[in-house]
Amino acid sequence: MSLAVRVIPCLDVADGRVVKGVNFTGLRDAGDPVQLARGYDAAGADELTFLDITASAQSRETTYEVVCRTAEQVFIPLTVGGGVREVRDVDALLRAGADKVSVGTGAVTRPDLVSEVTERFGSQVLVVSVDARRNPAAASGFEVTSHGGRRSTGRDAVAWVAEVCGRGAGEVLLNSMDADGTGTGFDLPMIAAVRAVCPVPLVASGGAGLPDHFTAAVAAGADAVLAAGVFHDGHLELREVKQALQRAGHCVRVPPAVRVR
Amino acid sequence: MGRPSVVVLDTGSGNIHSVLRAMDRAGAEATLSADYSTAIAADGLVVPGVGAYATCMAGLRKVQGDRALGVRLAGSRPVLAVCVGMQVMFDVGEEHGVRTPGCGQWPGNVERLQSPVVPHMGWNTVDAPASSRMFANLVGERFYFVHSYAARSWQLTTTPPFPAPLVSWTQYGQERFVSAVENGPLWATQFHPEKSGDAGAQLLRNWVAGLC
Repeated sequence: MSLAVRVIPCLDVADGRVVKGVNFTGLRDAGDPVQLARGYDAAGADELTFLDITASAQSRETTYEVVCRTAEQVFIPLTVGGGVREVRDVDALLRAGADKVSVGTGAVTRPDLVSEVTERFGSQVLVVSVDARRNPAAASGFEVTSHGGRRSTGRDAVAWVAEVCGRGAGEVLLNSMDADGTGTGFDLPMIAAVRAVCPVPLVASGGAGLPDHFTAAVAAGADAVLAAGVFHDGHLELREVKQALQRAGHCVRVPPAVRVR
Repeated sequence: MGRPSVVVLDTGSGNIHSVLRAMDRAGAEATLSADYSTAIAADGLVVPGVGAYATCMAGLRKVQGDRALGVRLAGSRPVLAVCVGMQVMFDVGEEHGVRTPGCGQWPGNVERLQSPVVPHMGWNTVDAPASSRMFANLVGERFYFVHSYAARSWQLTTTPPFPAPLVSWTQYGQERFVSAVENGPLWATQFHPEKSGDAGAQLLRNWVAGLC
């Protein structure tokens, strides 16, 4: 027996509701985050991720409240991100009940944020989220975008992952902006390229549509796999994904038979 | 019979609220406190901890947690140490070449994991002795780990009338480390039972059941 591959549903939250768009446009309402979190917990999710995709000041307060209510009811790790720019944002999310906080644009804009957060709270709380897309002009062929994929940063994605790991990131969430929402599979060459320089756990995201897509992402080097819409829509169940992983020879966590309430 | 009282020691670090909620769910009356007398008087004391070994140790000393621990154990009063809380029960923690003295309840060092991917993060299994009370009704379950350091050896041996400590192990890649200990009134887990879903809740129930 060894460490299980984590399967992580991601809930993109805006103004207290879960939404999921295709290529980050055309947002659709998909439900109450606390209710969905409880459902995923019962279905065997290994962790949950909330991304506040609006991250306005007003939405932020709503997010704290959603995080707090979720942490009261769900006893698996909870990662929260979206609009985190300062150490105090991390502090507020941890206090609300998050176990890990993810930073994306905030780190690209000011890489010192990664060092500041890990020095204060430890590496284990910080997930650096990398929204990357293919660009032949980048040295590795992959570049980092910011602001939910809307802006190019000019940074090479592989070099950026190496840098944030050096600065103490505890985990990397790699999201393919090309594959996101398409359901045609993860960007496997990108996962492999990042894995080669990433000494911390790597979570692959973007493009999941079929159970075998997750298996392929793990084969390419991911330690964990994350998806949003495909779970919310009911296209896929966590159980099917775990069964596919198991068939491919990976360890998974089977939801426990013991139920304590 | 009322709910046993549990104090979660507030050492200024860690996601302490999830420990409180999980203890509540496991049937205890849990409160957060940094007060020495309160920590001694409770039916059970939880020593939480995340982050750096040195930070956790400094936080513990600041609230006289190391003294409270010693007093409780001398009186056979239950203590549960979690994650870095468990690590500081050993003699020494080594981080970035710095050796920090721990509480010294157990001989041995806590060192950085050698696997290619660190932290060890996620759900792993535990190889527990058959007589374990901590893992009663929990055969084959997975628990949630997140840590970069661990004790790779167990050095404490006891002779009667002291009971032998029950040591549980976990495999990560090529290495094996101590993932849980039941040593008389002192129990400890390297994983986070409060984040380990229903399996973690059952483990906490097993601890709370022994408090009254």
